[in-house]
Order: sequence, then structure tokens, then C-alpha cells
Amino acid sequence: MTAVLTVEGLTKEFGGVRAVDELGFTISEGAIFSIIGPNGAGKTTLFNLITGVYTPTEGRVFFGGEFIGGKTPYNLADMGLSRTFQNLQIFMNMTAVENVMVGLHRHLDKRIDHALFRIGGMARKEREAREKAAELMAFVGLGQYVNHDAASMSYGALKRLEIARALATGPRLLLLDEPAAGLNPSETGEIDELIRKVSESGVTVALVEHDMHLVMGISDHILVLDYGRKLTEGTAEHVRHDPEVIAAYLGSEAAAVKG
Amino acid sequence: MTLKHPSTGGLLILAVIIAILPSILPNNFYMDVAIRIGLNAIVCIGLNLLIGYAGQISLGHAGFVGLGAYGSAILTGEFGWPAIPAMLVTALFVALLAFVLARPVLRLKGHFLAMATLGMGIIISIVLNTEARWTGGPDGMAVQPMMFFEYMVFGEAVWYWIVGAALLIAVWLSLNLIDSPVGRALRAVHGSEVAAEVCGVNTTQYKVKVFVISAVFASVSGSMLAHYGAFVSPEDASFFRSIELVTMVVLGGMASTYGAVVGATILTILPQALARFEDLEHMVFGLILMLTMIFMPKGLVPTLSAKFRRSPVKVEAESEAQGGGAT
Amino acid sequence: MFSEFLQYLLSGITIGSTYGLVGLGFFIIYNASHVINFAQGEFVMIGGMGTVFMMQAGLPMPVAIIMAILLTIVIGMLLEKLAIEPSRKNASVVTLIIITIGASIFLRGLAQVVWDKDFHTMPAFSGEETIHILGAVIVPQNLWVLGGGGVIVLAIMYFFGRTALGKAMLATAYNPLAAQLVGINIRTTLLWSFGLSGLLGAIAGILVAPITFTSYDIGIMLGLKGFCAVILGGFSHGWAAIVGGIIVGVAESLGAGYISSEYKDAIAFIIILLVLFFMPDGLFGRRGTDRV
Repeated sequence: MTAVLTVEGLTKEFGGVRAVDELGFTISEGAIFSIIGPNGAGKTTLFNLITGVYTPTEGRVFFGGEFIGGKTPYNLADMGLSRTFQNLQIFMNMTAVENVMVGLHRHLDKRIDHALFRIGGMARKEREAREKAAELMAFVGLGQYVNHDAASMSYGALKRLEIARALATGPRLLLLDEPAAGLNPSETGEIDELIRKVSESGVTVALVEHDMHLVMGISDHILVLDYGRKLTEGTAEHVRHDPEVIAAYLGSEAAAVKG
Repeated sequence: MTLKHPSTGGLLILAVIIAILPSILPNNFYMDVAIRIGLNAIVCIGLNLLIGYAGQISLGHAGFVGLGAYGSAILTGEFGWPAIPAMLVTALFVALLAFVLARPVLRLKGHFLAMATLGMGIIISIVLNTEARWTGGPDGMAVQPMMFFEYMVFGEAVWYWIVGAALLIAVWLSLNLIDSPVGRALRAVHGSEVAAEVCGVNTTQYKVKVFVISAVFASVSGSMLAHYGAFVSPEDASFFRSIELVTMVVLGGMASTYGAVVGATILTILPQALARFEDLEHMVFGLILMLTMIFMPKGLVPTLSAKFRRSPVKVEAESEAQGGGAT
Repeated sequence: MFSEFLQYLLSGITIGSTYGLVGLGFFIIYNASHVINFAQGEFVMIGGMGTVFMMQAGLPMPVAIIMAILLTIVIGMLLEKLAIEPSRKNASVVTLIIITIGASIFLRGLAQVVWDKDFHTMPAFSGEETIHILGAVIVPQNLWVLGGGGVIVLAIMYFFGRTALGKAMLATAYNPLAAQLVGINIRTTLLWSFGLSGLLGAIAGILVAPITFTSYDIGIMLGLKGFCAVILGGFSHGWAAIVGGIIVGVAESLGAGYISSEYKDAIAFIIILLVLFFMPDGLFGRRGTDRV
């Protein structure tokens, strides 16, 4: 299997504290790759490093074989890297479908003269973009919310809206930062299904999540972080039985999953 | 689905108002007020793109109006240029200046952006006050009337239609822009900068673009103001003028093109109504700014439209759904 | 030649200290609430104009000064109570900026209506007899400004370093939630920060009025130059605002003397722009960490 993302010796310090510490791993094409670890293990920092929101103190990240150090988030979006956020980052000043249309941005006509004078087939292009965005909303199960104001939607719906927006960029690798956080069990089940659907559509998924049931059931490969370092990695089966993981982190939760 | 632009209805209403207004207005004094409303509204529409949609404040936009006014005045007066090329070259110059300033200025956020734009506006006004050889200094300077080939554009009756047409164009451009990928990128910058970046939006580039566009709106309005009034003074570029413009945008409603027009209308009429109490002008403007922000931070038009009808987006959605059902 | 330079330097330092005091006012409110109070310059104006008009009403100078300072403190606190407090919770930064801008225009307009639109002069505290230093000439009021500035800086340092209220203000700025948890009343703290800021503004306005005239519209320029002072010094140390102010004052005075007096006011803004663009944390220390 080819590697979509390779991380080598990645380190991020905040005022002397190493949030991510010489981390290395590889995400294979087509996989559902989960990153777990206690709060403060550096999972979100890792996402921010990969997507160019933070600059690493040391180490290198390769995406599709290309070194991506110094690239901005929008460069990376153009290369096919997209993400959602742990704390929702929805454009509350827009409708739901417009949020997804921003995700389509890099595929759309960005010429300012076309925009100002509505020329160059802008009306048609906009209509097509809206349809495409509405399809994506249907794909994540938000078909009935297309023209709702984002600000009027429920938390669970916004979580999925963010996924639709990220998918709209046309990612090769999609990073999901706690997609099930704050959701009830039935909503979590829907997210589980949605992640599988996304994966089947050919997108590689990297997932940060606390819901062990979700993670254990869905992941092809799991990376366990503790204090910014790699504790272990492998299949769910491997991670579940790793004594260090059980001791250091999972404890009774792992037992519960096993049982 | 219909090709109809969601906001063309408003544009039509505005056109009708502009068309019938001269037959209602009793004399040239009122025509003059109407023209000044239009000129202010054009600046506010541009400023609203920056403040209301992209969420970037500018407290120095009167500086661009002033540059537009003086640019036209100097090019036509000192160099004998025809008015239209002078206006265009001035706008180009202002665009370039805004472009050069925008990158460092818009890297700043919040209070620091506000102060930087304020400083920028005041420097422009100091230059206009000081370079008396070109600008006539604090006394201002007379401006040549606009010549259109052999025809002299003169008087309220003519200028009314020119400004009216320009206002309609400005509204149309703004509505088009907002409902385009560029416009959504601007709104995304306001909504969440980090999310916009992750969606592939180069946020810096879009901030620069909208800054330049809003400066050009201001410049063109300033050029027209100069020719219409036949006179320019550094007052046109003063700090208080910048604040007036922001007040118009804020009162009318941020992130609403028609709000900018409504804000400009109310606050252009108000000083005329208060003319006998000229000293109260500052106080009243300050009070309006504070009260609007405290009690109605969304501004008049968005607040009222939310109150008096269901969300316009939903109405549009229904009509779209019906259209879809028919095909 | 040298005496000329010294003259510019001394007047720069004098006027710069008042910029520093205004900057200190920005510093206090920003550190307590992360709001830049655009009405800071209006406090300076109210201090000066208030004193002038209370003296015109027949009050002796010391009483007029105290009354003007109290008036400014009350106005500062009213501003916080009536305008900032109701919207602080969920307002965006742009909203808060516009509110304080509105307040500044309002206060200016109010001064123009209640008092007048003329320039006013205030008698110096202790005579006009000039003092000669190496060929440069200063008036006793210069010394008042410098001395007053120095005393205030020491008092402020004592206030933040040693008093409960001062420490509470710092804690509130650093982490409002944690401050609340340890029993600090944020509302009161913010209220006092505006009051204190008003006090500083008023003192600056009163100290400088005998040298520079005062009128209803001096606030905007003084406010901006005070902002320039605090931006230049950085938001980490109170004294840095004073140093920043003196640098701005000297630059302005030298610029006016040797380059162009017309562009005197532009110098402060060019400094603001340069600092914001190239040195956003100011000369001394970083914004956001290590606060005093």
C-alpha cells in the first residue's frame, strides 16, 4: 500500500513543553487511521502541525511523497488535505449550503471581474456549485438543511456540516478531529456510518477520537499517543492487548471494550 | 430553478425609488441632499464589503474619498485632463496605494487594525492640509466642472441621474460579489479565518482584494463629489468623516448592501435636520454609534428584516423547491 | 546649535511624558479587559477643559483640578458601566471598537456643547519664570509635567505590584475565569480600571494644558499619540508606555524642528504604522505574556 502521509521526527514545543515529541508514523492510502491518547497527549497539536496551522519545531511531514514544510493550510487544501475541528469552526454568518460552497472554493471561478459583473458563466457555475454542495449535504445526511442558516442548526448537524465542507475540497486525506465529541449514542452511530461511507468513497481518513467503541470498531490502524510520544501503534486487536496501553491509558475502558 | 438573482427585487425597488424621487422633491436643496446620500451610499457599500462582510475594520476610509476628490481636482485643474480619464487614473492610483498598504495593515487584527487604518487616514488628511501648492491647504480648492466632450455636466438635475446610476451600479456590483466564490471567501474570513484557510481560501489575498475594492468605491465617489460640489477641502478626508462613514455602515446594518444605503440615507439627512443645532452633530453621531452597537449590533436592515418577515433565505428556498418540483 | 537641539529634546521629553501618561491609561484598560479604549484621549481633554471652566466659574485652581479629575474618573466609570459592560460578554472586537469610538465622538460633542469650541489657556502651576539650561529655555511647568509623570509611574507600579486591586486587575486580564474562581469580582475590577484610566488621562491633560492650550478636540490627537506610546513600549510593562511616550515626543519635537513642522503630527502615526508592521510586540517584551 502506498503512503499518503509520512511523519518523521515531528516535534512541537510550546514555551519549553513538548506537546509533540519526535513522532513518526505513516498513514496508508485508503485506511481509516485513528489517533488516540489521553487529553493533552498532543492529538490536536498533531493535526495543527500536519495542516500547516502550526509550524513544527523540528521534524518533517510528507504528503503524497512531497515535503510539505512551510506550506500554508490553503496550499495543503489545494494538494488534497482537509480537516474538521475539535471546536466547531462553522461560518455562522452563512447558510449551511454556503458553508459547503466555501469548501468547493478551490474548484470554483475565483476571478474578481467575473464575480463583480457576474460574467463568464458565473450564474451557471454558481448554480452548479450549489447543486454539488447540496449533494454533499445529502451525502452526510443533511439534505433537509440546505438553505438553513448555519447559526440555526443543532450541534450534531453542524458536526456533519463540517465534514461535508471538508469533503467539498476534494481531499485525498481527511483529518477528523473528534467528530463524535458531544454527540449522543445514536448520533455517534450515524457518524460511524458516515466515516465508513467516506472511506468507501476512496478518501483516506485520519481520526482523533475519544469514543473507544467507535475507534475500535472502525479503525484499520491505531496510533496511541501519550505526552506527545508514540506509545504504540497497530491494529485494534494489537492496541487492545498492549499491556503498556492498558496500564498507561486505557485501563478499565479497554477492559470494557474487550469484554 | 430560476436564473433570477435572489436580490434583484431589491435592486428594482431601488431603481424605482431613484426614478420617482425627483418628481417628489420640492426643490434643489432636497435634490442636493439626495445626491449626497447617493455619494455617501457608494462609499458605504464598499466599506460594508470590508467591515460587514470580511469583518475588517477601517477607520480611515475618508482618506480614500479625499484622495479621489483631490486626484480628480488636481488632474483636471492643474493638468487640464478630461474628467473621466482623471477619475479613472485617480481610482487606479488609489487602488495601487490601497494594495501596497493592505498587506502590512491587514496582517493586524482588531484594535490594532483599527488604529493602523485610523493613522493611515489621518496621514492622508495631514498631507492634504499641508501640501498647499497642490491642494490649496486647509482652505481647499475649486474644481473644474465635469466636461463630457462638449457638454458641461452641471447642476443638481443632471448630477442626480449620474449619481443615481452610479449607486445602482454599486449596489449591483456588491450583490454580485457577495454571491460569488470571492464573496463567500470574504464572508468565510469573517466567520472563521482558520477554517477558511483549511478550505483553500488564501485569506490574506482576499483581505487585500476587498480593501482595494472598497478603496476604489471611495475614490470614485470622491471624484464625483469633487466635480459635483466644484470644490474640495481636507474636511472631506477628515477623521470625523471616516467615523461618519463607519456609523452609516453600522447603523444600516453590517453585512447588508441595502443596509449601507439605508444607513447613508439616514445619516446624510440627519445633519440637515439638525442644521440649526450644528453643535449637536458630533454628540448625536457618537450616541448613535454607541446605542446601535449596544442595543442592535446587527444594524437596522438585518434586525428589521429578521423581525418583520421570515428569513429571506427560507423564502428563496421555497421558490427554489417549487421550481425544482416543476422540472 | 547644541542649545537648539537641547531645546527640542527638552520640549520633546515634556510633551512625551504626557503621551506616556495617556499610554499608561490605554495600558491599564487593555490589560484589564483587552479593550483598546479609543476614548482615552477624551479623558485628557476633559481633565484640561474641566479645570479651565471650573476656574472660570470661580473655583480656586487646586479645587478645580481635583474636581476635574473626579469628573473624569466618574465619566470613565460611566463609560464602562453603561457602554462596555452591557456588550462585553458577546460582542466582537469590532463592536467594542465602535462603541469606544462612539463614546469618544460623543464626549467630544458634549464638551463642545457644554463648554465651547475655543482654545483655552490655563495658568501655569508655579509661574512663568523661565529657567535656562545650557542655552535651552524651559518653564517651571515642564518640571511639573516631568515630576508628575514620574510620581504617577511609581504609584502605578506600586499599585500593580503591591495592592490587592492592582493584582486583581492583572489576574482578570490574564485569565478572567480563573480570576473569578479565586473570588475576584471582574465587574468591579473593570470598573476601576476605567476609573484609573480616567484619572491618568485627566492628570495628563491638566499637567500639559498650561504649555499647549486645550480645546474640545485635542483628545483625538493626544489619544492617538498615547496609543503610539503604548504600542511602541509594548503592553507588558507600565513604565514602557512612558518610555514609548518620551521617544514619540522627542521624535516629534526633533522632526518638527529639523524636518517639517507641518508634518509634526504625522510623525507619531508613521511610528505607529512602523511599529505595528515590523515590531508588533513593541520595544520591551512580548504581548500576552509576562504582563508587568
